[in-house]
Amino acid sequence: MKLRNLFLTPAAALMVVTLVAPLAIVCVYSVLTRGAYGGVELPWTIENFTRLWDPVYGVIFLRSFWIAAVATAFCLVLGFPLAMFIARSGSRKNLYLSLVILPFWTSFLIRTYAWMFLLRDTGIINSALQALGIIREPLPLLYNDGAVILGLVYGFLPFMVLPLYATLERLDPSLLEAAADLGARPRDTLVRVTLPLCAPGIRAGAILVFVPCLGTYLTSDLLGGSKTVLIGNVVQNQFTAARDWPFGAALSLALMAIAMLLLFAVRKRGEELL
Amino acid sequence: MPPETLLELRRLFKDFATQRAVADVSLEIPRGAFFSLLGPSGCGKTTILRMVAGFETPTSGEVWLNGQRIDPLPPYQRNVNTVFQSYALFPHLTVQGNVAFGLRHKKGSDDIKKGSDDINRVLDVLKQVRLEAKASRKPSELSGGERQRVALARAIVLQPDVLLLDEPFSALDPLLRKQVRIELRDLQRRVGVTFLFVTHDQEEALSMSDRIAVMNAGALEQVGTPREIYARPRTRFVADFLGAMNWIDGIGVRPEAVNITQQGRKAVVTGVTYLGSFCHIAMKLIEGGEAIAAQAPPGSTLETGQTVCVTWNREDEVHV
Repeated sequence: MKLRNLFLTPAAALMVVTLVAPLAIVCVYSVLTRGAYGGVELPWTIENFTRLWDPVYGVIFLRSFWIAAVATAFCLVLGFPLAMFIARSGSRKNLYLSLVILPFWTSFLIRTYAWMFLLRDTGIINSALQALGIIREPLPLLYNDGAVILGLVYGFLPFMVLPLYATLERLDPSLLEAAADLGARPRDTLVRVTLPLCAPGIRAGAILVFVPCLGTYLTSDLLGGSKTVLIGNVVQNQFTAARDWPFGAALSLALMAIAMLLLFAVRKRGEELL
Repeated sequence: MPPETLLELRRLFKDFATQRAVADVSLEIPRGAFFSLLGPSGCGKTTILRMVAGFETPTSGEVWLNGQRIDPLPPYQRNVNTVFQSYALFPHLTVQGNVAFGLRHKKGSDDIKKGSDDINRVLDVLKQVRLEAKASRKPSELSGGERQRVALARAIVLQPDVLLLDEPFSALDPLLRKQVRIELRDLQRRVGVTFLFVTHDQEEALSMSDRIAVMNAGALEQVGTPREIYARPRTRFVADFLGAMNWIDGIGVRPEAVNITQQGRKAVVTGVTYLGSFCHIAMKLIEGGEAIAAQAPPGSTLETGQTVCVTWNREDEVHV
């Protein structure tokens, strides 16, 4: 065996154990019958997939896409100026970059709980506003779509900023000078030079944010409460309270299939743009 | 009547954090001229170009174009265009897209319709630089010389008052450079645009320019026609920078003006270098001991150690 392959083996083995094998199990479970107390039983069936056509799930899928898309859009709008700022900060780049990834030092669960403390009726924001006499009744900041999107944007912003920074940092400054030299105002330069040349970074950032947002269940569970049910919560519910593992497996396969189709479409379009 | 001044620099200074890049430069550039800024790297010539383009703000001084003061204006409001040293072509646009970039912008519209004036202008300029067959290529698919021509076309299509060229040949191989020089000179005469050309290559400046400003350490050394600055340099720096110079008793003589004859000052040959079209003869004066170089025909039979005599004409002497 070549030395190169020897060093690749651990990573390949890890991929098989943690990715391929669970995926295979999910595939097998999705065509089995639910057990009375969870788990799966024979006989084989495709009933789990026919149940997916129930409009209830269609609506939840659409909601999940919508929330993920809005969160991705916010990350892009907030992340682009930030990435641009960092890319142009000279010797302070590394400091700012480490600030961007600083939140990763704390668990995502704890950071999401922190948002609950901030947003709930008796939380810091509402208490402060009431104490200042700006509002009488607490604002409904928690347990709605807005809170979920806020939590997602907060959690996934670094995944947008880092690839954007990587492309902006490599952008040749003389191209921006050339655009201005040819009569383009800063706004035109942004639209006609900077954004098109950052398309790979935008695409990478959008995928890195959109895909995990699509499957999220923690943020929607904690910040959205029972009002904001996303597809991730439905899947989680099938494996826990509902004890319908085969249907949960079918749902997650459907989610994966749709996400992959979308990624494929984005990639195709991206290549045309470049 | 002297030619009308198009671009004027008035007492320009530019200080960077650690050094003064441009020190009290005043220049008048006539309309239609091929004007070169010549000097070693770091002498401030590119900084001057960037202040005219609007990428750098002068620390003090003024830039006037066509009777209007332009140094407070942003680059996109100045009727000058730049050919960048690295060309700075937009990699995501085709050749045609690059050339149309400025036109599309000035029209305030993002698409050009076939048959409109704009596309005709683009095609016309592409023809002038012999790139009409490559209009739909991307910059990455072009050779270095073709990229340089796209950069030129992109700028001249806008018919600027002044075209700024920042060492546009430095990325080309030497053989191509000589050919491109003549092309660029011809193009400048044809389109009649005033060129401000920055270079560190004295041969480039001499062969193309109407006037040359020689710079050293941020300041102007001498401004004049190529013949003036080569034959009548006013400072020792200009004399040395424009070409090899022998210094004998404080008087300069170019090697090609030194004759090796039977009578004159005695010298010992210290080296003979065959260079194809001529031989470079290095010598040492017996009286005084100064090194002196001369050019001899390629068939010269001079050898190291031989004693010869050297003379030159009074009118070839350079006094600085």
